[in-house]
Formats: sequence, structure tokens, C-alpha cells
Amino acid sequence: MTSADFSAVLPEVVISLFAMGALLFAVYSNKDKQAPMLTWATAGLLAVIAFWIGVTGEGTTAAFGGMFIEDAFSRFAKVVILLSASAILLMSEGYMARRDLLRFEYPVLIALAAVGMMVMVSAGDLMTLYMGLELQSLSLYVVASLRRDSVKSTEAGLKYFVLGALSSGLLLYGASLTYGYAGTTLFSGIISVASEGEMSLGLLFGLVFLITGLAFKVSAVPFHMWTPDVYEGSPTPVTAFFATAPKVAAMALFARVVHDAFGGVVADWQQILALLSVLSMFLGAIAAIGQRDIKRLMAYSSIAHMGFALMGLAAGTAFGVQAMLVYMAIYVTMNIGTFAFILSMERDGQNVTDIGSLNLYSRTSPAKALAMLILLFSLAGVPPLVGFFGKYYVLLAAVEADMAWLAVAGVIASVIGAFYYLRIVYLMYFGEEGDGLDTGGSPVLGGFLMVSAAAMVLGVINLFGVEALAAAAAATLVN
Amino acid sequence: MTVADFAFYLFALSTITGGLFTVISRNPVHSVLWLILAFLSSAGLFVLLGAEFVAMLLIIVYVGAVAVLFLFVVMMLDVDFAELKAEMARYLPLALLIGVVLLMQLGIAFGVWEFADEAANLRVAVAPDAAEVENTRALGLLLYDDYILLFQLAGLILLVAMVGAIVLTLRHRVDVKRQDVLAQMYRDPAKAMELKDVKPGQGL
Repeated sequence: MTSADFSAVLPEVVISLFAMGALLFAVYSNKDKQAPMLTWATAGLLAVIAFWIGVTGEGTTAAFGGMFIEDAFSRFAKVVILLSASAILLMSEGYMARRDLLRFEYPVLIALAAVGMMVMVSAGDLMTLYMGLELQSLSLYVVASLRRDSVKSTEAGLKYFVLGALSSGLLLYGASLTYGYAGTTLFSGIISVASEGEMSLGLLFGLVFLITGLAFKVSAVPFHMWTPDVYEGSPTPVTAFFATAPKVAAMALFARVVHDAFGGVVADWQQILALLSVLSMFLGAIAAIGQRDIKRLMAYSSIAHMGFALMGLAAGTAFGVQAMLVYMAIYVTMNIGTFAFILSMERDGQNVTDIGSLNLYSRTSPAKALAMLILLFSLAGVPPLVGFFGKYYVLLAAVEADMAWLAVAGVIASVIGAFYYLRIVYLMYFGEEGDGLDTGGSPVLGGFLMVSAAAMVLGVINLFGVEALAAAAAATLVN
Repeated sequence: MTVADFAFYLFALSTITGGLFTVISRNPVHSVLWLILAFLSSAGLFVLLGAEFVAMLLIIVYVGAVAVLFLFVVMMLDVDFAELKAEMARYLPLALLIGVVLLMQLGIAFGVWEFADEAANLRVAVAPDAAEVENTRALGLLLYDDYILLFQLAGLILLVAMVGAIVLTLRHRVDVKRQDVLAQMYRDPAKAMELKDVKPGQGL
């Protein structure tokens, strides 16, 4: 244990100390009155730390005897996680304050969840993995049921908790089997004993249970049942948070486990991931068709998107990981914009989530309707928007890994999925007369919507350089 | 049979008995008491293994704190355990079926399971040499030295659990009378009491 170890975890330490300080400060001052200020401060801190990690981090450090790995891959994931958490905090402040939901614990819990996610993506040991995962999940269970007087929110929190506990149990079972048969919990140790053709059946069982637990966290089919209910029941800003940062963290963790610990037995997990990917893409695309609630619709949309990200991972190559990282970065950007729009959907000051309320929205707010149109086209993967390039990369990765059937399935699923995105566009531009939504709305939300939509168009040029960063990140993970 | 063997079978038998009766006894308070027996017996098993520190922890933490907490919960919450059990009995056949199938699947695979060649060495490499360091000290070295990161993260998780419990349950009630210690202390008879001179036969 040296100072190098501690400098590797410094960002996490700073955020944790800030969270504890904020907690003390708010408890000893006038509590919830400080909440807006704390929310802004937390968002600022997360953004600054993201910047700090992105600019100063270099090289690979295996701290604490290899239990905590700080490399280009973890930095990429951390920057995406922190920026999206920061954006969501900024978006939620106004919404939650108006609904009397903004309690000072909210930014503190989000900050601690961010710490958990940062630990997850840096995990180099099964125990670190579990600690990060629990820190993140536990914070998320609480914020899901933040609206205490609503049955749906409480139900969402409870459902999330029970299924989360079940998935943690499966994950732990897998971890203990892995430990038993490999003799170590360190990823670097596991990869030394798990090599092609020599892996014992016990380790394989451990791997399968680990993947099952992780699939719960990324809500891949068939472990997706909780997603629509939790998305629908949670307060909308919390739903927006669920759809962004935790997904990136879980996906990055997934990549770390399969490549860092089981990189020697690609063929063994490749088939599992391919199956999860196909099922998620199709279920996400087909089940969303019947949804009228935009939050449930986004839940199924996120399931489908996770399917695509898993396709990149299933390729089992460095390019596959790169494609997955690019896909996740694009997915998060699109979702932030889309949820900024959903948060601003109001009628007479009440938020509505029924897609029927969007009828002829383009007549009252043409600019926002256009931005949403761009985002929806991008979510559907229509060229030449950025969303298309995300899909293109994962498909390319699958084809290059001789999994053309997976790529074909992905294309078919994305065509099916395009229906429900385009239906919203249809409603906004050619729908029937009905009760419209309020115009105007918060400038913060409008700003996020516009910036995100603009990124979908301008990013076409070079994807803002994300591609090169993702390639460097993937190269450190897969070698 | 040596004394150690005899002690092992004694403790093992009472652990299993305790566990069994925890599940099947009708009175939940009895269940908790049986659970305590199971904990104590397993502490005995740990002592036989030479892990005296873990044994003491088991008694202090599980018997001393957790079991007492269970007792409190059982006694204070009005949970109809009979009804819960009836509910469970309804799903029992299905649950049993799935459990047995899973067990059989794991069992089929069990015959060909084998440890990785280096597993045994890797497992030993983490801990200090047992011959030189007594196990309490070895645990301390691992927990506060090698695994300090995990230890601190566990602390953060507990902090989140505590914050969560407070966020979800604390209600600031404004309509309750709270004790004001200073007001009580500054109370004096001159202000608190009023003496009235009541004339006979008239009342107030």
C-alpha cells in the first residue's frame, strides 16, 4: 500500500468526502432548503472530476495489489458516467423542486452512486466488483422510491430492491464458485487459470452465474422484467438517471469481467452474450410497440439498446469493446436529450407521460419538436445521424468476428424498433387535434434537449473524437 | 473416538437440530431461540477448527446483536406467521420441484468438476503463513492492510444504507409536542401557579 495506490482512488475519495461533508452540512443547517444549492454543487463537482480524470489520467495503475485498476478503459467509462450523472442532476433540480421532491439526500445519494459506479468500472477483483455494485445499487434503490407518498414509486423501489438482491445473490454465487475453482478472486489470477480448453466445469458454472447477475444489472432479456415497472414508477429524473450512468457502469463492468478475468475463454461466454443480445434486441423492439406511456417505452428502448451494446461485447474482440464504448457514449447522449424532453412534458403544470399528449406538438413548439425528431431518428438508428454510427460499429464488430447472423438479427430488430420511435414523430407532426402540452418550460431542459440534438447532427463529422478514445480504451482492456 | 471427534459430532448435531427447528417450529419466538442454538453450536465448530476469533465474532455479533434484534422484531411487529406459512405452503411443491431440478443439474455436473491446478497455491498465497501469525492478527493484516479499500467501501455501503433508511422513513411532524428542556428548567412557581382566595360557600 503506497501513495500511488491512494492517488489512483483519489477521484473516488474526493467525491465520497464531498458527499459526507454535504450530508453533515445539510443536517446541521436548514436541511432541504440547501437542496438546490447542493444539487448544483454536486453536479459541478462531478463535472470537474470528469474533466480532471479525462485530462490528467495516463497509463495503467493496478492499485491495492491489483484490486483496483486505473487505466484508459476505466477513465473512458468514468468520464461518461460522471458527465451523465452531472447532466441528470442539473436537469432534475427544477423538476424535483417544483414537485416538492428535492431533498438534500438526493444529490448526496447520486454522488455516492457515482462513486459505486467508478469502483465498478475499475474493479480488478471480484470483491471490488461486488462492493462497487452494491454501493451503486443501494443508492439507486433509495432514489427510486424517493416519492414516498406515491404507491407506484414505492412499488418501483421495492421491486428494484427485491430483484436487485436476487441478482446480487446470483452474482455472489457465481463469484464464490469462481473463487472455489480458480483459487483467487483477482481477475489477473482468474485469467491465469482459465485458459482455452482447460477451464473446469466449476469455473464455467461460476462464469454463467456471474453473467446472469450482470445481465440483471444491464436489464438484458430474459432478466429485464423489472425495467418497465421501475422506469414507470420512479420519479422521472431518477428514471433518466437509471437509463444513463448505471447502464454505462454495468456494461463496462461486464466488459471488464469477460475480458480481464475470462479473456482466455472467449468462446465460452461469446455464445451466452450473443443469445442475450438477440433476445434483448427483439424483445425491446417488439414489446415497446404496445406501450402508450413514454417512460415504459423508454424502458423497452433501453433494453433494445443494451442488446446492441452486448452485440459489440459478444464479438469478443478489441474492436467489439471499442464499438460497445462508442455505442454507450452515443446512447447516453441521446437519452439525456430525450429525457430532457420527457421532463418538460407538462399540461397545466402537471407532468404527463402519455404519448397521445404529443399530438400535433410541432404546431405549438416547432423547435423542440424538431430537436425531438432528430433524437428519435437517432435512437432508431436512421442514417446519417450519430445513432446510426453507433449501430454501424457494433454490427461491423459482429461481422468481423464471423457472427454475421447476429448482425442480420440486429438489423431486423432495429427496423422493427424504428416503428415506435417513428410513431412519436408521426404524432408530433401529423397527429390528431387534442389537448396539447404547455409550451415554454425550463431553459435548462430546453438547453439539454437542443445540445443533445445538435450533437446528433454535428457528431457525424468525427463523433467528437470519441472513437479514438474508445479505441485506446479498448486496447488496454483486450490484449 | 477422541474428545475432539466427540465434540465435533455434538456441535454438528446440535447445529443441524437448531437449524431444523428454526424452520419448522410454530412459535416464531421459539424459532429465534433455536437459531441462537444453531449459532452457538457453529461457534463451537469454529473453535474446533482453530478459528477462535471467528467463533467469538459469531457469538458477539450474531447471538448478541442479530438474534436479539430478530427477537425484538418478532415480538414488536404484528406479523401473522401462520398466514405467511400457509402462503408459502401453497407454492412449496413448485419451489421444491425447481429446487430439486437445479440440485440435480448441479449434481450431474459435480462428478467432473475439478479445481484449477494452481488453485490451491493461489488460495494460500493471500494469507500470511499460519504457522507464524496467529489467526486474529492474520485477519487484521488482511482486513486493514491488504483489503483496506474493500473495508472502506463496505463502510460507504453501510452509510448509504443508513441514509436510505432515514430518507425513506423519517417524517418531520409539526403537530407533536416536543420536550423543551430549557423551558422546563426556567419554570418557576410564581408564573406557573396562581393562588386564589376562595371564599367559603361561593366557589370560583
